[in-house]
Amino acid sequence: MTATPVSPWRLPRRRRSPLPGLGLTLGVSLVFVSLIVLLPLLGLGWQLAQLGWSDYLWVMSDARTLASLRVTLTAAAAATLVNGVFGLLLAWVLVRYRFPGRAALDALVDLPFALPTAVAGIALVALYGQNGWVGSLLAPLGLQVAYSWSGIVIAMVFTSVPFAVRAIQPLIEELDPAEEAAALTLGASRGQIFRTITLPQLMPGILTGTGLSFVRSLGEFGAVIFIAGNIPYETEIASLLIMIRLDEFDYPAAAAIAGTMLGLSLVLLVAINLAQTRLYRRYERGA
Amino acid sequence: MLRRTLIALAVLFAAVVIVLPVAAILSRAFAEGVGAWWAAVSDPETLQAVWLTVLTALIVLPLNILFGLCAAWAIARFRFPGRRALLILIEIPFAVSPIVAGLCFLLVYGAYGPVGGALQPYGLQLMFNLTGIVMVSLFVTCPFVVREVLPVLQVTGEDEEKAALTLGANGWQIFRHVTLPNVTWALVYGAILATARAIGEFGAVSVVSGAIRGQTMTLPLQIELLYNDYNTTGAFAAATLLTALALLTLVLRGAITAIHPAHGARP
Repeated sequence: MTATPVSPWRLPRRRRSPLPGLGLTLGVSLVFVSLIVLLPLLGLGWQLAQLGWSDYLWVMSDARTLASLRVTLTAAAAATLVNGVFGLLLAWVLVRYRFPGRAALDALVDLPFALPTAVAGIALVALYGQNGWVGSLLAPLGLQVAYSWSGIVIAMVFTSVPFAVRAIQPLIEELDPAEEAAALTLGASRGQIFRTITLPQLMPGILTGTGLSFVRSLGEFGAVIFIAGNIPYETEIASLLIMIRLDEFDYPAAAAIAGTMLGLSLVLLVAINLAQTRLYRRYERGA
Repeated sequence: MLRRTLIALAVLFAAVVIVLPVAAILSRAFAEGVGAWWAAVSDPETLQAVWLTVLTALIVLPLNILFGLCAAWAIARFRFPGRRALLILIEIPFAVSPIVAGLCFLLVYGAYGPVGGALQPYGLQLMFNLTGIVMVSLFVTCPFVVREVLPVLQVTGEDEEKAALTLGANGWQIFRHVTLPNVTWALVYGAILATARAIGEFGAVSVVSGAIRGQTMTLPLQIELLYNDYNTTGAFAAATLLTALALLTLVLRGAITAIHPAHGARP
């Protein structure tokens, strides 16, 4: 066999696999992905293209749209901050310490993933509402969680905290205790060790975890709408506004907001991926 | 000292944010006694919602397994143009929020969409019925099986399959006797996660279900309906069913991870 010349326009072809089934499996996959994923996404793109720039901007500059975006973004940011701190704490405790109930705590972290969002929603209202166990404690202090911005934050924290824990956990497992021990013998304080040795190595995980948590929070619907109060301009999230526009048969407006949210999510996910690769590379070079 | 404080803080956070809400569901559901809970659960409308949810899961599960195995096999064993694009498309549903996903389906398959509009003269309606619910459920669950099976196929390699081929096995025999035994646990794991998600999906389903009382209400939608009707016991009783299912999912997950540590660990 002679080697085929490598064209700059085409990567050298791998030799054909002798295994059977390419036609069938690829065929099934392509039909499925086209009908279930690609076509619906193209549908949104098509609707946006029909809308045009000026109408798009008109929808997006509407005061109610802007208010819903502000509520969604600020609440998601606050929830992500909470998840960053407590995600790190939970991951640290789960990896570093052995204590009774550790396995149960580890399993509990996945509960928000497993619990349907509508169930989470009514559960949070039951807990943080005025008659709820926590809500009734907070009421005398003048703190109202349910039907307010902070309720939205709580719902977002609940649904996205596993992302933060599970992204940080493996990196803590990989930490080399010898490095911390070395720093300790050199006279570093615990705070110094954490800031200069531990935290930089955990950054890729923290970044991914908080990033995924933020994206999930942006799109969360079921858990939020029960506790949010859903007052236009105040506690109305973007997902709910999309739903309201749909009920009004205002498809262009719904598509404009949905396209914006989807675009934002995709850009964030790509950015997280790129940043993560760069952080890992820097870490590898430093090591 | 630091150790104790950190453990206490972590446990407190998990208790308040994760455990208490679940306890609150049980407390509300059984507030009027087991009899009231039972009456609420066996309410005809709620049972109808349970049935629709189970039916959806029963349709979605085999389709998910078929697609997941096909896509994982094609991507793991062959190189073809657009392979990466296919992988990205399969992962995209994880990045799309439920309401946006539902809207996308309406725009294409709804009566005003290109596909839905073309089918309408033939009396075929895809949205606001079981078909629509099944389609969005497939959208939100399609990454799960591939995500579990693909890495296992890549790690196992194709030597065993090629050996079977030289021994004269046909495609089906290779799959049945070589490939499937290797990926069984990954497949079961992915299928469990996908089914749990399909049963609990709320946002995407609520866009395309049409929410016709006693007809196109899945269990999560029924919970919302009962809750908005101020039927607290009914809503929370229905919620206990889904909570039990979530806990069962976690237990099964834990069991599979205990048998095969390669799975689990990641969300």
